Amino acid sequence: MKAKSPIFWPLTGLLALVLLNAVHDPGFLKVTLLDGHLYGVPVDILTQGSRTMLVALGMTLVIATGGVDLSVGSVVAIAGAVCAVLLQGGHNLAVTLAAAVGAGLVAGTANGLLVARLGVQPIVATLILMVAGRGVAQLIVDGQVIIITHPTFDFLANGFLLGLPFAPLLVAALYLAAHLGLRRTALGLFIEAVGDNETASRFAGLAAARIKLVAYLFCGACAGLAGVLAAANIRAADAYRAGENMELDAIFAVVVGGTALTGGRFVILGTAIGALLIQTLTTTMYNLGVPPAIAPVPKALLIIGVSLLQSDKVGRWLGGLFGKKAAA
Amino acid sequence: MTKTTSWASRQLPLLVTAAIFAALFATAAHFYEGFFSARVFISLLSENAFLGIAAVGMTLVIFSGGIDLSVGAVIGFTSIFTATLVERHHVAPPLAWALGLAAGAGLGAGMGALIHFFRLPPFLITLAGMFLARGAGFWISTDSIGIGHELYGRISGYEWVFGPVAVPASALFLLAAMLAGYGVAHHTRFGRNLLAIGGNEQSALLMGLPIGPAKVGVYTVNGLCAALAGIVATFYTGSGNPSMGIGLELDAIAIVVMGGTLLSGGRGHMLGTLLGLLIFGTIQAAILFDGRLSSWWMRIVVGALLLLFILLQRYFLRRK
Amino acid sequence: MPELLELRGIGKTFPGVTALAGVDFTVRAGEIHALLGENGAGKSTLIKVLTGVHPADAGEIRLAGQVIRPGAPKEAERLGISTVYQEVNLVPSLSVAENITLGRQPGRLGCLNWRAIRRRAVAALARLEVECDVDAELGSLSVALQQMVAIARALDTSARLLVLDEPTASLDEKEVAELFGIMRKLRAEGLGIVFVTHFLDQVYAVSDRLTVLRNGQLVGEYATADLSRLALVGKMLGREVSAADFTSHAAPPRAAASPVLAARGLSRRGAIAPVDLSLSAGEVVGLGGLLGSGRTETARLLFGIDAADGGQISLKGAPVRIDSPRDAVQLGLAFCSEDRKAEGILPNLSVRENLILALQGKRGLRRALSRSEQEQLCSHYIAALRIKTPGAETPIRNLSGGNQQKVLLARWLATQPAVIILDEPTRGIDIGAKQEIEQLIAKLRDDGLAVLFISSEIDEVVRNCSRVLVLRERRLTGEVAGAGLNSESLMHLMAGTHEG
Repeated sequence: MKAKSPIFWPLTGLLALVLLNAVHDPGFLKVTLLDGHLYGVPVDILTQGSRTMLVALGMTLVIATGGVDLSVGSVVAIAGAVCAVLLQGGHNLAVTLAAAVGAGLVAGTANGLLVARLGVQPIVATLILMVAGRGVAQLIVDGQVIIITHPTFDFLANGFLLGLPFAPLLVAALYLAAHLGLRRTALGLFIEAVGDNETASRFAGLAAARIKLVAYLFCGACAGLAGVLAAANIRAADAYRAGENMELDAIFAVVVGGTALTGGRFVILGTAIGALLIQTLTTTMYNLGVPPAIAPVPKALLIIGVSLLQSDKVGRWLGGLFGKKAAA
Repeated sequence: MTKTTSWASRQLPLLVTAAIFAALFATAAHFYEGFFSARVFISLLSENAFLGIAAVGMTLVIFSGGIDLSVGAVIGFTSIFTATLVERHHVAPPLAWALGLAAGAGLGAGMGALIHFFRLPPFLITLAGMFLARGAGFWISTDSIGIGHELYGRISGYEWVFGPVAVPASALFLLAAMLAGYGVAHHTRFGRNLLAIGGNEQSALLMGLPIGPAKVGVYTVNGLCAALAGIVATFYTGSGNPSMGIGLELDAIAIVVMGGTLLSGGRGHMLGTLLGLLIFGTIQAAILFDGRLSSWWMRIVVGALLLLFILLQRYFLRRK
Repeated sequence: MPELLELRGIGKTFPGVTALAGVDFTVRAGEIHALLGENGAGKSTLIKVLTGVHPADAGEIRLAGQVIRPGAPKEAERLGISTVYQEVNLVPSLSVAENITLGRQPGRLGCLNWRAIRRRAVAALARLEVECDVDAELGSLSVALQQMVAIARALDTSARLLVLDEPTASLDEKEVAELFGIMRKLRAEGLGIVFVTHFLDQVYAVSDRLTVLRNGQLVGEYATADLSRLALVGKMLGREVSAADFTSHAAPPRAAASPVLAARGLSRRGAIAPVDLSLSAGEVVGLGGLLGSGRTETARLLFGIDAADGGQISLKGAPVRIDSPRDAVQLGLAFCSEDRKAEGILPNLSVRENLILALQGKRGLRRALSRSEQEQLCSHYIAALRIKTPGAETPIRNLSGGNQQKVLLARWLATQPAVIILDEPTRGIDIGAKQEIEQLIAKLRDDGLAVLFISSEIDEVVRNCSRVLVLRERRLTGEVAGAGLNSESLMHLMAGTHEG
């Protein structure tokens, strides 16, 4: 099942879903230019999905090292809270952004130290911040939903650059930067090596613990920035709801996008497609009139289906069906 | 060469948890007037009864090295499901409860089968289960449904009077569930097999233990516990609510971990879960008593305690 | 009267490899029977067939005259064949009593009877004359005691045949003696005991008869008292003592150049007693010994994989600290592990990525090799080592074992090390490829590398090395060089006998 490009299945899935929508509602694919800004459902999907794409980018590296980060949703909430409080206090945008992303880095450091240096299981280690983080976010805003009125801040999530929505452009730029950083340096190779066979990597002279730490740091930073975008999107810091279920969506995006949960080879383009797939799924549900509370059900079915497809047992069944030879 | 080890040294994590509970309770009693009373102690059990019942099932799952993130959603589903059956379809409550328990057990069995036969990661599959259950609950109704059936009123109003103390029905359910959980975990082959599987699955296989039935079975039992918790929750609140239990699975996991059970499986005691629940309840009650502390401190303290316990567990394991 | 256990004509093949062919194996009641063989001999496969883990493809098994076909470990246990594995396969987090009775605890109506459990455990241990607190956590006991518990569990099932797979690997002398006492007691009770081991002294200390396997075939069955140590080693290695003399192809030992790598008193508890060794540039030094003698353990200490309890390593005369493989690589060392599956290959990554990994690790994160540089390296080594692969981008797990080994070798050569440790570099490789690798080793030597060559094939060691250190049962037992270096002298050292 792996002979094709790794993004074949997620891309097919996405296109199928888009087609389904287009058939059901011809206006689905319509994109119009109004006041020099691009509008339309596809634009909405890109904009709304950009935050999940961003968190999923960081999650990709963590999963590639064989771990997982359940705390990203809480980090999104914390980052949003930090923004609201600092902006309200009159600090300038640069400092605010640095602090928000910094909060994400602190979270990443904590997770990374627990996993890489103390050897705690990733689920357990990141569970701590998942539980406590939301409380920290609420503490920062003192339980209030703080409204943020700051035009430049607002622009980050809701603005347009050359007619295109800014948030997806920003995230796309980050994906590009990540790709360059991972492939122009040896970091991408090291992460894949550690995830594929940590012992062999160590024996080959790699500093496995340090590499894992970097992955968690990056994931925290991505979550921090996503928190900024989330807060900017609703022009408020909602410590109760911000980032809700984001860890799940991010993990789904990574897995659907072709990176195995056990670690090793990762495909960040696949992650982006996976995130768009999930966002399109959410939009599809909305368009079909499915109450938003029920929308997670197809997500659940999707993840079970993808897990089964990726599992060894089913791979062997299917291989047998199509008469393929088992890999050496 | 007989080297006797004392019960104390073997159950050190349990004793540490008990000590921490005692310390917390004593601290709260010191600061808050009226905290040190039987009524408050019993409220620790009755206020969090459905969390505790869910934690019983969760303890068994974690013993076997697995995890179940769907329990909160199953609580929500069962609560709205049974409420709808009783109030909208005039089904006799015991039948509604039986159906609710069956649904919870069915979901558990399905997840357990996927996890065991296809070797899929438990946290991902039970995550999907959570989405399914939550979505199903909201599909039944997006609003809560008040239950006026007199049987519910009688049960929720029931109290067992024991001298100067009155123990509410929810606390009684909790204690019964804890007792049953203790019996299963420490006095049945099924329970001991769970610990063996969590401790070293490869060894358990070579020892000829029935891994498949045990794994599918534990998720089924856990689903049953979660459904029971959902029913108890409806007694407690007098209504069915699909939003009930959101995030509860994290609290359940935290309670189990604080009770000294290792999240990777193989080690733990059901009594620890009870103590973990008491710790959780104490913090909650203390925050309530204080009036000045906001509810979010609950999250932070639980998270900090989780960190403490995890570090302690690592330290003790290193020593061995 | 039929023997207790008779295996006749047992054959077992796995895809691509014949593990066993036409093997006979007989155990009598009331005897301790040793099963011996080097790597790839088929010992573990035979045990797995016997205990029901794998079904045999050919042949039959008779237990007390009855033909049996155990399909699962539990079935074999029911039939009376109990096994204690090298890795104590119990649950360390549960108590001794539980481990002994797990799966068959006494109890009624599903409810366990803890008192009966404890009593049964105490009785099972008493049969072995072992006393310990049955409520203690298994993991807190010494490995020796854990093994006793495993044996007690195995016997708790009215076993008639007890298989002990490498039981003494982690025991000290006193504990081995205690184990032997128990084995003798069980033998006196009429049990048949299969004792799989590679410690020759122990074979002679406790076994009545022994069977030797080699390359999946039966070499022979002997009464222990009738076979000399030297002859035994010869049978295991597949060569007669009176073989034709072998000329060494290795270069004559160089005049004592100052060593590139030197270790003094290097030791680790449970792994290897203090060892001195030195390697000079342009020489191939062999580390010989039977399986389990401590060769790989020594290599792991040199390369920083395991922490040494004592001793000092110096590089070019200056003392160094090697705390991790990373340190070792930075200092110019290379280590080609014997377990390529677990410690060598990154199975899902390409040949190219596997090949450049160590070099890239040495260069660090930022100085990444460009794609063209990587491809150049690949084509160079693919040609030089004649690696058979569809291309450099093929996932390495698609290559045959031998070619995987070559890629790993290339990985290390690419780092241009000063010292390279090769642990069983030709294991699982065909003859043609073996020769290529031996020529390569000679070339490395001529280029000035210091090579530590670990192999269990005596011929190979003699052919390639100018100097050989022999390990026996975790300690250095001797060094041979120059004219005295031949298979005979090495075998004597390995067997622990003296010439003459």
